[in-house]
Amino acid sequence: MHIVVCIKQVPDSAQIRVHPVTNTIMRQGVPTIINPYDLFSLEEALRLRDRNGGEVTCVTMGPPMAESALRKCMTYGADRAVLLTDRFFAGADTLATTYALAHLVTKVTEHWGAPDIVFCGKQTIDGDTAQVGPGIAKRLGLLQLTYVQKIEHCDLAAREIVVHRRAEGGIQVLKAKLPCLVTMLEGTNDMRRGTMEDAFRAARAEIVTWSAAQAQIPDLAFCGLKGSPTIVKKVFAPPPRAEKAFQIGVEGKTAGDISETLVAEIFKRQPGLEQDLTKSAGADF
Amino acid sequence: MADEKFDTIVIGAGPSGNACAYTLAKRGLKVLQLERGEYPGSKNVQGAILYADALETIIPDFRKDAPLERHIIEQRIWMMDDRSYCGAHYRSEDFNEEQPNRYTIIRAPFDKWFSRKVAAAGALVICETTVLELVRDADGKVIGVRTDRDGDPIYADVVVMAEGVSGLVGARAGLRPVPKPDTVALAVKEMHFLPKETIEARFNLKGDEGVVIEAAGTITKGMTGTGFIYTNKECISIGIGCLISDFAETGQTPYGLLDSFKSHPSVKPLLAGSEVKEYAAHMIPEGGYKAIPQLYGDGWLIVGDAGQFVNAVHREGSNLAMTTGRLAAETILELKSRHAPLTAANLASYKKRLDESFVMKDLKKYRNLPGTLHNKHLFTTYPQLLSKAAQTWFRVDGIDKKSKEEAIVHSFFKARSLKGILGDAIGMVRAWR
Repeated sequence: MHIVVCIKQVPDSAQIRVHPVTNTIMRQGVPTIINPYDLFSLEEALRLRDRNGGEVTCVTMGPPMAESALRKCMTYGADRAVLLTDRFFAGADTLATTYALAHLVTKVTEHWGAPDIVFCGKQTIDGDTAQVGPGIAKRLGLLQLTYVQKIEHCDLAAREIVVHRRAEGGIQVLKAKLPCLVTMLEGTNDMRRGTMEDAFRAARAEIVTWSAAQAQIPDLAFCGLKGSPTIVKKVFAPPPRAEKAFQIGVEGKTAGDISETLVAEIFKRQPGLEQDLTKSAGADF
Repeated sequence: MADEKFDTIVIGAGPSGNACAYTLAKRGLKVLQLERGEYPGSKNVQGAILYADALETIIPDFRKDAPLERHIIEQRIWMMDDRSYCGAHYRSEDFNEEQPNRYTIIRAPFDKWFSRKVAAAGALVICETTVLELVRDADGKVIGVRTDRDGDPIYADVVVMAEGVSGLVGARAGLRPVPKPDTVALAVKEMHFLPKETIEARFNLKGDEGVVIEAAGTITKGMTGTGFIYTNKECISIGIGCLISDFAETGQTPYGLLDSFKSHPSVKPLLAGSEVKEYAAHMIPEGGYKAIPQLYGDGWLIVGDAGQFVNAVHREGSNLAMTTGRLAAETILELKSRHAPLTAANLASYKKRLDESFVMKDLKKYRNLPGTLHNKHLFTTYPQLLSKAAQTWFRVDGIDKKSKEEAIVHSFFKARSLKGILGDAIGMVRAWR
């Protein structure tokens, strides 16, 4: 079977900072990672491949440095990786992104066969829209199975797949025809550690890199900033909280000692609190 | 893969491993370098100062694209007590030269740069892969490694252990002892970010000029250790380190030491208004010549910190690491070129190359120093006496100069007795020669 996994290289949100004046995200020097949600889809894809045979192709649209994210996918065990990179794609919103990725999947199909399943992450940690997976499905005319908790079975001969999908108020058990698009929920599996052989293959692999022209993207007007109807009206950082957390150091031999000193120290800092508490305690008891 | 064999496997992508892998790959050998960190440099910590000479020998035009911070034009050495420092400063316009001799660097980008050179030279670099053990043949010769990834062992003619001070491969194989607490220091450092102009104004610099401060005294609270302040382009690295055995004995904490170093009245203004963006800790081998383990054997070599190659007195380490890595590579290249087997007997020429280089000559010169420095008077009593003497000398208060001289001399003998002073002095001179 052939599985295509769409991934995105994102800034590590744990280490991100917002520019105090322009309010934009300062990406410079921030380490990048594979969007964590994508890894659940990649692992599921690798499991299906291991069970049924075939190949996993990882694709992404991004700057040249996104190559490292793709190489890492290969270290996990993906069979090949394709990078779509061109300045025409810069500034794309989800509509423009799905346009480019859908055509990329078409191009991948020409080279390595039609995918039985296209996987996407549930959403990204930098955009958080959860629109790209469904958008690709719509453009390619694939059935979409989003928020999937479990793939119960995937029958290539019968061309059908049964999944558990998280829905409001419960779990839907859905049977769908292949080919389809799946986005996996987080926490549904654990990413494997690739073998030594995977590591060698990844280190030596030539990452297939296509420009817009090489990928034969039909109309550049639908790509990048030009093809993005989304307008960012305002970017702002929420004001920092006025209250600050204090660390209180206390010494004492027993838990009782420590908590007593601690409570006394808290009351010293917040005299109102002591009054409130003693008042309500008096009323209750 | 199972039938694939490398000429050399290098364990670790720090300065010694990179120097070794680069030198070998450049000359056409088939090299595999394995690094446990997410990327080369992700696990590596240093002050850091780059001594150009060692790198220049390996990559002559490194200045073209290496991420360098500032070239050093001024060296300050401070003897500190709690409120003062006595300093020796050396600044020279001669250090503003075409090819400067010393630079401050930040290791994460620098190591990445070095590793890109290694890969470009043709070595296969694989990260996030930890070597668990050496693989030996029936005769005990090292023939490869086993990693934490599933799969067959990887084979090579020789394995170079550039695994750093705390690397476990050599120790697990019984090839080198686990470093002892009194031969390893623990250093902590912070990166304080400030505008470029502020750093230049505070340290009297222009352009890419830099200053380094090495400090000793009561800042280590009687323990054997030193502190440092280095100027980078847009941040100041400040750190302090002491022997692990001293930390264990006194119960002092490394971060506590750093905090009090930072709040010293002579240091605080240098950092005022800065933002701390990074902190790190690392071990430094300080055992010197006497702690150097066996460095070669059947199918293996040890380079860099793993071999205790640090000159604690001159704060040199990465240059020794690069040089030992290069010399190991040259040994392998020479043996390979005449198709000689990589046996212990043949690899012994690595030790000979080391002995003939500045690496062993310098370490041998200071072989007795680590023991001599284990003397708390050097880090508390003398700095305090020095500060007091300077203050007596410089304060103008109506007391005549002869009485001042007598008072100073008296204070030294009272604190440390004639015998004590002579003992300390003789010890230092002997250790230094």
